[in-house]
Amino acid sequence: MSEMKKIKNLKEFSTSADRFEGANLLCPGCAHSIIVREVLNATNDDLILSASTGCLEVCTAVYPYTSWDASWIHIGFENGSTAVAGAESMYKALKTKGRLKQPDRNPKFVSFAGDGASYDIGFQWISGCMERGHNMMHIVLDNEVYANTGGQRSSSTPIGSSATTSPAGRVSYGEKRNKKDMVSIMASHHIPYAAQVAPNKWKDMVKKIQHGFSVEGPVFINAVSPCTTEWKFDPKDTMHMADLATDSLVFPLYEIIDGHELNITYRPKDVIPVEEYLAAQGRFKHLFKDEYKYLIKEWQERVDANWAYLNRREAARV
Amino acid sequence: MAFDKIQLKDIEVWDGNHAAAQAMRQCQIDVVAAYPITPSTPIVEGYAKFLADGYIEGEFVMVESEHAAMSGCIGAAAAGGRVATATSSQGFALMVETLYQASGMRLPIVLNLVNRALAAPLNVNGDHSDMYLGRDSGWIQLNAYCPQNAYDLNLIAFKVSEDHEIRLPCMVHQDGFMTSHTAQGVYTLSDDAAYGFVGEYKPMNDMLDFEHPVTHGVQTEEDWHFEHKARQHNDLMVKVMPKIQAAFDDFEKLTGRKYNIVEKYDMDDADVCVVCMGSSVETAREVATEMRAKGIKAGVVGLRVIRPFPFFEIADALKSVKAIAALDRSSPNGAPGMLFNEIAGALFNTDTKALLSGYVYGLGGRDLTKAHLVSLFTELQANVDAGKVTTSLQQFIGVRGPKLSFL
Repeated sequence: MSEMKKIKNLKEFSTSADRFEGANLLCPGCAHSIIVREVLNATNDDLILSASTGCLEVCTAVYPYTSWDASWIHIGFENGSTAVAGAESMYKALKTKGRLKQPDRNPKFVSFAGDGASYDIGFQWISGCMERGHNMMHIVLDNEVYANTGGQRSSSTPIGSSATTSPAGRVSYGEKRNKKDMVSIMASHHIPYAAQVAPNKWKDMVKKIQHGFSVEGPVFINAVSPCTTEWKFDPKDTMHMADLATDSLVFPLYEIIDGHELNITYRPKDVIPVEEYLAAQGRFKHLFKDEYKYLIKEWQERVDANWAYLNRREAARV
Repeated sequence: MAFDKIQLKDIEVWDGNHAAAQAMRQCQIDVVAAYPITPSTPIVEGYAKFLADGYIEGEFVMVESEHAAMSGCIGAAAAGGRVATATSSQGFALMVETLYQASGMRLPIVLNLVNRALAAPLNVNGDHSDMYLGRDSGWIQLNAYCPQNAYDLNLIAFKVSEDHEIRLPCMVHQDGFMTSHTAQGVYTLSDDAAYGFVGEYKPMNDMLDFEHPVTHGVQTEEDWHFEHKARQHNDLMVKVMPKIQAAFDDFEKLTGRKYNIVEKYDMDDADVCVVCMGSSVETAREVATEMRAKGIKAGVVGLRVIRPFPFFEIADALKSVKAIAALDRSSPNGAPGMLFNEIAGALFNTDTKALLSGYVYGLGGRDLTKAHLVSLFTELQANVDAGKVTTSLQQFIGVRGPKLSFL
């Protein structure tokens, strides 16, 4: 049987046994480490983990050190999901053949990857893993930019964000394309569970991760990961930034079960204007010039429309 | 789930692909992650049919690309079990990134590479372009000339690759179509004897040992990267060849079939010889025998092991010969061929006065005919008689249009 943690409060959560060490090279204020701890702390079961090339990978396994007290693998930028799928296949094979060293265990297979490694270069590999039905969870640490290499745009970078390959300039407001709707695409593989999570809503996150661990088959999780370096905010404000993301509904929290049953899992009591979310981050600073203010209005309209769409889907149960 | 064994006849009529698939079945592989591509597809199909018929107990993962195939093999091998796959040409090219990752992470994986040309122009037939593409990737490369070799070398590949002192992945090469699709009599081992030769998989640093978590695929920069690469190279240079020789010796004891790091044919008193790989070795042997009837003392050297390169064995095999032709079945695209260069390197600093010339042949499946080889041996004898290379150092064999020669 799976062993999920019973966690009553944040103190208990923050002091529970850690399989991801604080000794790592991630930036002060990086949300990646918070999300990883929240995921790993959701279960007492054994873990087989991967990271695709990116911030998490380069900051946690620099030879001869490792921050991981669970088996962990990195291969490349695009194939972290398939690495775990391969390990999961080996687990099944050895279980069938009776060759597991500890046959009574119930390991969980999890791949972590950034938005670049998931939305862009690793897209096909993740789709393959979801389609083939591996018993694994893929978690996107979505900071909407190639942060590890200095802030280039990915297909998760939102309109109006200034990234180094789509910079705001004399005649440009930065990124021109809307963010790819990865959760919908993955849910369309009719996997048992897909969800969007945020580190500030840790109870919601743990519930979803535990749900993901309890189902048979592939699970996709998109986690908003505010990036102090590329979003340009003070490292102490990471959780505040996550609050703004969820409470402005720029990152609505919801889940999709079996590819169709959509549930909104968090409804902010006081919805914050999108403008406040944008104003708190340096990457959107230029939008507050007079000539680009229309973009802020369009942002709000887009977020409102998406929220209405999610509500309609939830109500329709389709 | 259990699996049934197959009672093989002592001699079966198999093509190279089926021979490889049968060997893979007998090795009781734990995970095969694969993607089909001509001409290696029948290996994957054959394995799938064995699975469907209950002759295999393991996971067979049909992934969405060759890159994912090798990625899945890497994850599976790191988890701790026997792993193999098969591919060709464009698929192999797509895999290249992961080849370096597999070898750098010191994971034993067996890859059947059924050799085929590389586009453009697109071509499905056999040459050695893909084999050459992989030659710096840190893998062991074994070379089959016929279906029998393809069967035998698969068994040997697992034994060498999985040795705890080696832990390096291994390719088994066979020529696309000429070997992979040509049925011949193949001497078999019983399922028990074949598995007994390869042995049970012994895991090391396995991710699935939950009491001993491991980190695979770390970051190293200028502080450690060079040491890791140097150590891998050291093991390829120093440790692999003796293990291959030991596996060849064990295999000979079991089957009576003798393999050598470098395969010499009529080389004891040869004046002229060709050095080549793949199915061409067999053609060259036949022609060499015919040349002797015409008074030309011809011999053939075939590479059985391509990587690590048999530097001393090649030098030794060629030490008494007077003229050598290096036959490269891959376009060098602006350089002498790989075999020409490697042989020149092996002979330099030795006492030989042999004349070395290079030939590029058979690209995209173009036949190397016996007539081509007759002219070639005759040309080599002319070099011997003249005491110098009378032709350009690099010539193209069998290509239409004006004769192409360089250097």
